[in-house]
Amino acid sequence: MYSQGLIGADGKTHEDAAFLAAFQARIDAEQKIEPNDPMPEGYRKTLVRQISQHAHSEIIGMQPEGNWISRAPTLRRKAALLAKVQDEGGHGLYLYSAAETLGVSREEMTEQLLSGAAKYSSIFNYPALTWADIGAIGWLVDGAAIMNQIVLCRCSYGPYARAMIRICKEESFHQRQGYEIMIALCNGSEEQKELAQDALNRFWWPSLMMFGPPEGESVHSNQSMIWKIKRFSNDDLRDKFINASVPQAEKLGLTIPDPDLKWNEAKQGYDHGEIDWDEFWRVVKGDGICNRERLKNRRRVDRDGAWVREAAMAHAQKRAARTASARIAAE
Amino acid sequence: MSEAAMPLWEVFIRARNGLSHKHAGSIHATDAEMALHAARDVYTRRGEGQSIWVVRSSDIVASDPVDKDMMFEPTASKIYRHPTFYEIPDDVGNM
Ligand SMILES: [Fe+2]
Ligand SMILES: [Fe+2]
Repeated sequence: MYSQGLIGADGKTHEDAAFLAAFQARIDAEQKIEPNDPMPEGYRKTLVRQISQHAHSEIIGMQPEGNWISRAPTLRRKAALLAKVQDEGGHGLYLYSAAETLGVSREEMTEQLLSGAAKYSSIFNYPALTWADIGAIGWLVDGAAIMNQIVLCRCSYGPYARAMIRICKEESFHQRQGYEIMIALCNGSEEQKELAQDALNRFWWPSLMMFGPPEGESVHSNQSMIWKIKRFSNDDLRDKFINASVPQAEKLGLTIPDPDLKWNEAKQGYDHGEIDWDEFWRVVKGDGICNRERLKNRRRVDRDGAWVREAAMAHAQKRAARTASARIAAE
Repeated sequence: MSEAAMPLWEVFIRARNGLSHKHAGSIHATDAEMALHAARDVYTRRGEGQSIWVVRSSDIVASDPVDKDMMFEPTASKIYRHPTFYEIPDDVGNM
């Protein structure tokens, strides 16, 4: 998962009080909600929105890294990166099918992504400029994703929780391969270490933004907490991520690009500097460095693959018709 | 999009011989053969399976959760179907 921050969802419900109370009682008893169970329309909509945004993020997320597969420095790195990008595609597919159990079709979701109506995580609108960025993405972007995803394994909606469990099992290799790239660069020449520092400088803040704005501004997250779709606030998860990442950066001998970052003995965690939420909203609204390119690529790939899908459909229909007529002839 | 919707398939995987097939998720594919290929690529990238079943989702007949009480509640009162319902003296030993 790449976006916990649910962007612009409408969590309103119109069902009567008894229905809502019965539903909430099930949630409070930690019962999982399954596809055809009665559920408030707001719950269903919120999930469709969140799961499809998450799926789109996995799919678009293949682009920055896919861009480096042909330029990976060794065969080992290339095999690992290829496997990682393939995993991300798989994550997208698990999540699309989880969303489909809520009554939205794959075609509708694809259409929303291609038309630009659907959102995906803002992190993927930043470019991967150097090989060190591939290290930083695995280490930080997948690391932030893991923080989000681990808690989603306990989400109240069964199919989403199950998809998250499968995804989490696959994610840890992603982060480790990224950190290993960073270790290699930091143990290399001066220039290599500079590349690593530069990648950290560019990816640090956007990674923190992946957790979404603080709850005060994120109006709908409260309802998501009550429904146990999410279980921690954006700030809590962000703090956990910072506390885990700072020592990892120290091990690498790199500096986190935040002059205000300092250990707070009282809360046993780090205090961090101001996050530029204006930048976040700019990127969400389409004005990031790569927004246009990402969608343009996705549309091109969809167009280029259309004939394959059409041919496969035609072939399947022809074969089915042939089997049917053979059966009639035999009878 | 003017394209026709691609059929949905449910994927069941046997992790090891000795275990039954278990629902893993779903995929879209035009026919059974492609469904098997897609299921392999999507759900068994790390040796999760020894055998795959794919079934068209539209061929699955499911009970309605709304009927849950009618379907399953009656069994709750039939405690005599469980071994603990019967009183056997302790000195008889394990039975
Ligand atoms: Fe992923
Ligand atoms: Fe990942």
